[in-house]
Amino acid sequence: MTKAASFVVGLVFAFGLVLSGMTLPSKVIGFFDFSDGLTSWDPSLGLVMGGAMLVYIPVYRLVTRRRRPLWEPEFKLPTRTDIDRRLVVGSALFGAGWGLGGFCPGPALTSVGSFSQQAFIFVAAMLFGMIVFRHIDAKVLQ
Amino acid sequence: MLLIGNGRIAGISGITGGLFRQAPSSDKVWRALFVAGLITGGVIASWLFPSSIAFDVERSSGALVVAGLLVGIGTQMGSGCTSGHGVCGLSRFSPRSMVAVAVFMAVAALVVFAVGEMFGGAV
Repeated sequence: MTKAASFVVGLVFAFGLVLSGMTLPSKVIGFFDFSDGLTSWDPSLGLVMGGAMLVYIPVYRLVTRRRRPLWEPEFKLPTRTDIDRRLVVGSALFGAGWGLGGFCPGPALTSVGSFSQQAFIFVAAMLFGMIVFRHIDAKVLQ
Repeated sequence: MLLIGNGRIAGISGITGGLFRQAPSSDKVWRALFVAGLITGGVIASWLFPSSIAFDVERSSGALVVAGLLVGIGTQMGSGCTSGHGVCGLSRFSPRSMVAVAVFMAVAALVVFAVGEMFGGAV
């Protein structure tokens, strides 16, 4: 991707997250709060995901009909379909962190821009976790 | 944009995690610029819409560290987060992503329930 384009896409993505409420952990927690059944549930973030999918489903279909992407010789799309332990355990760990902190990676990084101390702590730990996992994983696989 | 330009599928955790992998520096530049764009967007948004970007739940630093570590490790091990598995993966009707989303949503709901029941929503 051209350098300017990546920066602009990040910028637009951040605005999307902020305007949809993803940078308010209380909204995220509310989406997962069934303590009073459906009365405590705030489904609004489901609309964010649904809305993004409504855009992405047709775009994905249209774009992958092309023979090649604009700036690379070929598409490199995920091809795996097997459900392995890494996928399930990794997703479970991520879900636990998401529920505990109220942040998933995009809103956390965006919130660093608000200079919130909590976002700094969360993001520092998240990046550390990514680095450590990649390091250990590379060692174990080799 | 990433799909039409580079022919790749990636969510935030994939783009960010790729910064820490052995790769040519050209691969890291666009990733770093994307993350810089996200943070810059956060700076501008917190100036335009301060009430929409704020940490508004009770969480201790210790809880945030544990949560951040879990998200960092989990997204790399499980190859995706809300954007990669959630938006991109589900839109491609990928079976792996359907399983991933079901698992992380269910576990997140369980943790939120546990935090609410055991700690009154503040941890």
